[in-house]
Amino acid sequence: MNAQGTHMFFQQLINGIALGSTYALIALGYTMVYGIITLINFAHGEIFMAGAFVGLLLVATFKMNIFAAMVVSMLVCMVLGVLIELIAYRRLRKSSRLSALISAIGVSIFLATLAQMIFGANARSFPDDAFPVRQIHIGDADISTLQLLIIGVSALLMVALEYIVQRTKLGKAMRATSEDYNTAALMGINVNMIISFTFAIGSALAAAGGVLVGVLFNAVSFNMGLMAGLKAFAAAVLGGIGSIPGAMLGGLLLGVTEVMGVAAGYSSYRDAIAFFILVLVLLIRPTGLLGRKIQKKV
Amino acid sequence: MLSVEKLFVSYKAIKALQDVSFNVEQGEIVALIGANGAGKTTILNTVSGIVPAISGKIAFKGEDITGIQPHEIVKRGISQVPEGRRVFANMSVLENLEMGAYIRNDKKAVAEEIDEVFQRFPRLFERKKQLAKTLSGGEQQMLAMGRALMSRPALLLLDEPSMGLAPMLVQQIFDIIQEINASGTTIMLVEQNANMALSIANRAYVLETGEVVLSGDAKELAANPEVRKAYLGE
Ligand SMILES: Nc1ncnc2c1ncn2[C@@H]1O[C@H](COP(=O)(O)OP(=O)(O)OP(=O)(O)O)[C@@H](O)[C@H]1O
Ligand SMILES: [Mg+2]
Repeated sequence: MNAQGTHMFFQQLINGIALGSTYALIALGYTMVYGIITLINFAHGEIFMAGAFVGLLLVATFKMNIFAAMVVSMLVCMVLGVLIELIAYRRLRKSSRLSALISAIGVSIFLATLAQMIFGANARSFPDDAFPVRQIHIGDADISTLQLLIIGVSALLMVALEYIVQRTKLGKAMRATSEDYNTAALMGINVNMIISFTFAIGSALAAAGGVLVGVLFNAVSFNMGLMAGLKAFAAAVLGGIGSIPGAMLGGLLLGVTEVMGVAAGYSSYRDAIAFFILVLVLLIRPTGLLGRKIQKKV
Repeated sequence: MLSVEKLFVSYKAIKALQDVSFNVEQGEIVALIGANGAGKTTILNTVSGIVPAISGKIAFKGEDITGIQPHEIVKRGISQVPEGRRVFANMSVLENLEMGAYIRNDKKAVAEEIDEVFQRFPRLFERKKQLAKTLSGGEQQMLAMGRALMSRPALLLLDEPSMGLAPMLVQQIFDIIQEINASGTTIMLVEQNANMALSIANRAYVLETGEVVLSGDAKELAANPEVRKAYLGE
């Protein structure tokens, strides 16, 4: 590779990591919820979308600082995620997974339609001064302050998540519940509370992702949850559904490959790349990169 | 301490328990014996709130606990060592014990309790950082028992603690059960190994296809020809 080539490569790597971080943030919610109640939360992409709208509203209408807006959006989506579980999934916990999945698809369509009714069908954008974008030179490559923001915030959130899951009492109870629901209850763990907690955390991460993506592409629309949700789901499966480090890895990998693919001239296949990789990995490793053999829960 | 009256339980169409009544007094070891599928695990899980009762009443320390959530039942002082041990395989030995102490908030007292468990089961201490799935069957049984003790239960429910263990280890586990009982914990013990169970129990109930068919003093039951024929392999 010549100097020009190396330069390009690093540039695209940074772009890919920034995009992949947002996939990872969303993928975490899919994987955590699946880990604990073996449900693909189809409405998760719409929580991401709702996060973006709440952030946009706060920044554009209430002139709030982007960081403050992100925090508030995370809190709002926590409540939204908990409510969705309470209303649409809890009563179906003992029924077949198919019923719960259909209920999830229903919630997804409901939220997207609701957003369209409220905000209209056209994409909206953040005000220009929402975040000051400058280019910083690192060695050969350029990194924008926006990419730095995305990578920094995502990294921070993932470290925080890892701390919660590994070190805190609630996080440990979450792992126990996802390993063995009934035995967790026998420990005195209120499993319903832990499930709500899981939805809250996953939704907060998706909301942060929504605000970041909204600023990155400068577009927020009612249907943005669909493709982002599908790709993040692909990332979660790629990493091994149920595995938290897997979702992080899967997201980054997908983001980097997508950006590299576009740079290599396959830009019309942009959205197909994620699913192509997914199919490829699943053929070779059905449990995903870091996935454990799926244990049957009794 | 625990009194169960006219309990009926079924899984969809399968009738698992029919008109089961029994009681456990403070300080006792009560054994529950019966063949495969008799309903022993169902009884323990109904007491723990994991399986709902169709009808009947479960009272603990004079209070009705029928239909209460499992985690509330643990808070009232009933802890269970489930069948097949069910340790959290991908968590460390220490984390498993911490989960057992989930309902307690006093960190210092919990740390002392963990030390006590390690004194009782020194093999666990040596392996405290190991993932539970890397333990042997006997060690997992010790971990499951230690974990259940972490909530300081008044009543400990044990579901087939001897399952799959070598005879020497079975003896050791039963010695420990007696020690736990001697230090003030009431015990309800479900076993297929009727011989061992009857040798340490005060009283026992014999369960057949969801119904209590015999009950009484453990020594007398062990001498009963019918019991000897059906459960003691004579
Ligand atoms: N989850 C379940 N769903 C349906 N039927 C069940 C379930 N659990 C137990 N049963 C049935 O209920 C009956 C009692 O089962 P239970 O597990 O209580 O027996 P057990 O005495 O503990 O047996 P073992 O000694 O084999 O552990 C059996 O007929 C069993 O097939
Ligand atoms: Mg059983």
